[in-house]
Amino acid sequence: MNKEKPASAFAYAPAPESRSVVDIAPSYGLFIDGEFTEAADGKVFKTVSPSTEEVLSEVAQAGEADVDRAVRAARKAFEKWSALPGSERAKYLFRIARIIQERSRELAVLETLDNGKPIRETRDADLPLVAAHFFYYAGWADKLGHAGFGANPRPLGVAGQVIPWNFPLLMLAWKIAPALATGNTVVLKPAETTPLSALFFADICRQAGLPKGVVNILPGYGDAGAALVAHPDVNKVAFTGSTAVGKEIARTVAGTRKKLTLELGGKGANIVFDDAPIDQAVEGIVNGIFFNQGQVCCAGSRLLVQESVHDELLDSLKRRLSTLRLGDPLDKNTDIGAINSAEQLARITALAERGEAEGAERWSPACELPESGYWFAPTLFTGVTQAHTIARDEIFGPVLSVLTFRTPDEAVAKANNTQYGLSAGIWTEKGSRILAVANKLRAGVVWSNTFNKFDPTSPFGGYKESGFGREGGRHGLEAYLDV
Amino acid sequence: MSDRLSVFKTYKLYVGGKFPRSESGRVYEVTDSKGNWLANAPQSSRKDARDAVVAARKAFGAWSGATAYNRGQVLYRVAEMLEGRREQFTREVADAEGLSKSKAAAVVDATIDRWVWYAGWTDKIAQVIGGANPVAGPFFNLSSPEPTGVVAVVAPQESSFLGLVSVVAPVIATGNTAVVIASERSPLPALSLGEVLATSDVPGGVVNVLSGRTAELAAPLAAHQDVNAIDLAGADEALAKELEIAAADNLKRVLRPQPVDESGWFATPGTDRMTAFLETKTVWHPTGSLGASGSSY
Repeated sequence: MNKEKPASAFAYAPAPESRSVVDIAPSYGLFIDGEFTEAADGKVFKTVSPSTEEVLSEVAQAGEADVDRAVRAARKAFEKWSALPGSERAKYLFRIARIIQERSRELAVLETLDNGKPIRETRDADLPLVAAHFFYYAGWADKLGHAGFGANPRPLGVAGQVIPWNFPLLMLAWKIAPALATGNTVVLKPAETTPLSALFFADICRQAGLPKGVVNILPGYGDAGAALVAHPDVNKVAFTGSTAVGKEIARTVAGTRKKLTLELGGKGANIVFDDAPIDQAVEGIVNGIFFNQGQVCCAGSRLLVQESVHDELLDSLKRRLSTLRLGDPLDKNTDIGAINSAEQLARITALAERGEAEGAERWSPACELPESGYWFAPTLFTGVTQAHTIARDEIFGPVLSVLTFRTPDEAVAKANNTQYGLSAGIWTEKGSRILAVANKLRAGVVWSNTFNKFDPTSPFGGYKESGFGREGGRHGLEAYLDV
Repeated sequence: MSDRLSVFKTYKLYVGGKFPRSESGRVYEVTDSKGNWLANAPQSSRKDARDAVVAARKAFGAWSGATAYNRGQVLYRVAEMLEGRREQFTREVADAEGLSKSKAAAVVDATIDRWVWYAGWTDKIAQVIGGANPVAGPFFNLSSPEPTGVVAVVAPQESSFLGLVSVVAPVIATGNTAVVIASERSPLPALSLGEVLATSDVPGGVVNVLSGRTAELAAPLAAHQDVNAIDLAGADEALAKELEIAAADNLKRVLRPQPVDESGWFATPGTDRMTAFLETKTVWHPTGSLGASGSSY
């Protein structure tokens, strides 16, 4: 991969994680009312490994009739599930959390195969967080009266949940854990490119003895998601994905009593002041934009550097990027895995070309891309202005746009100059500056001297067109309660 | 005693701290519950609505940046000013809603008390709904509420004063600024409230009051790209749906019409009307360890 390594570089031997720990069946059904079942119209689709284009499995494709069947199963299950004492619901969630921990290696390998992200991330970030979310919300199930929403807050009913492909299992956990803790039942549609871990989760529900119909999983495409959102017997809609689809969903639920939360796109500003610890900032910038190949809604995709340290920082950053290892996601030494799909790769490619065409200067470290699969080298653009498309549109890939500023006020103005408002980063040693700038940024999450940190106890969600509602923490309960 | 000819009042809009007539030059007749003419109220236009948004946006920085203590003082000052004009508002509410003098007085008292209630909330809401999160890692992490921005408020149609204040006070208590469409049939108490706000230390533009046709004014506000949220309290079912669809275009926060129980607007409110227009910002900082580079404090 890396042709221009420093002379002293050690060569890494491949260190692949074994895929024998996961047993992927040749085909999977929909999970409705506790059973795996074919789609009503018999449709199936294939899910491939983005790093090799190998077909992993054939999966039933949900349609409108299946959505209706799943919603009816969830409605039927709701009565008993919501009537359970919170302490009993809690124990189911604790069981699920424990089983996830027990099976975490299997799930990490599976997620890496189906999504293309490095095993280092699924093993060290995704899976521990997935388990932590179930543990956290399990503890809320019997304490809802203490959550600040009144003495006896009630669940809403059936939750229709549509999740993206960038963190398949983590987004499932963010959606399902609070929904079940509060006494709702769930119909969840995973993304069409990453259905497998949700189907494995169905098996975890079975192992945990979860009552039938409480969780239903419908792999499928956008039409299934649209049918779920529009279903008249769904009481709550939760969506994570693109801003365009989020707006469509908001129009769909208009005039109904459905409660809606949306976690949408972002164009996070990562602001580096001249007194920032440069080495730490470089690590934070890399983590901010190259974590999960930049396919992260809160990615720090706009780097705002104070002019006086621009050259020094860029030199450091380029040196650091030259050490990143791109390749087999199952290799434990891999930093950059595959892009999730051919479609997403095409979008990233087109936007990067647009950046060049509009006059920004493109740079990537020397980097050999594997021959099969979907790959995109880590990419920097310098000389970017606020008018450039790459500074305005969410790219959702490993592409960083670098802009400069002179004063803190200018940094804040540029950071806020976006339709989005999900995340931002601040790098400075000066405490008063951190607090003043954090105060002025219009973003739901602000990381100071760190980036891309998540925790189940911490509310996460956006301002402006990054959506509304919060997931995580006490705040995350509100979306699933009649308050 | 000789018959003295009374002096009529020309009711005007309240926008950006000033009292303009509608730029459209239009008025409409406002009558009491028996159909007797009371006044010609301004019939605001789309342009008036847009001007009000500009004024509200301009006021947002200073108002949201003011200390919560200061906002509380200002809201309490509104209650003080209203108390002094109790008689005037009692008469206006009685005319507007066809209430007896004593019932109208009860409405006005409850309205004044509502300002006091919200005045006390400004510096408490952040403690109630924000706080430190116990992160599993070496981080200090704090969630705090922040105002969402400019809020368009379709005030309740039936409760021209208590209902109006019940939806406006929570919006500004938390640091938002408001563009308010008064009750279409009974706009006069809302327009008079503008005069009170102007003399109560509420900075110009924080509350902007429009009178006119609700549907005509609400549509451009719901579609406005510089409005962050909309309260549909006074919209009927069909209009509310239409406005909610328009609001999706820039993902405005929408507060749908809430059922009002038999106590009308008299019941003590919860925090919902404040939290509906607040964002939660979570700020992280490392404690001690600074991560991969291994350096420490």
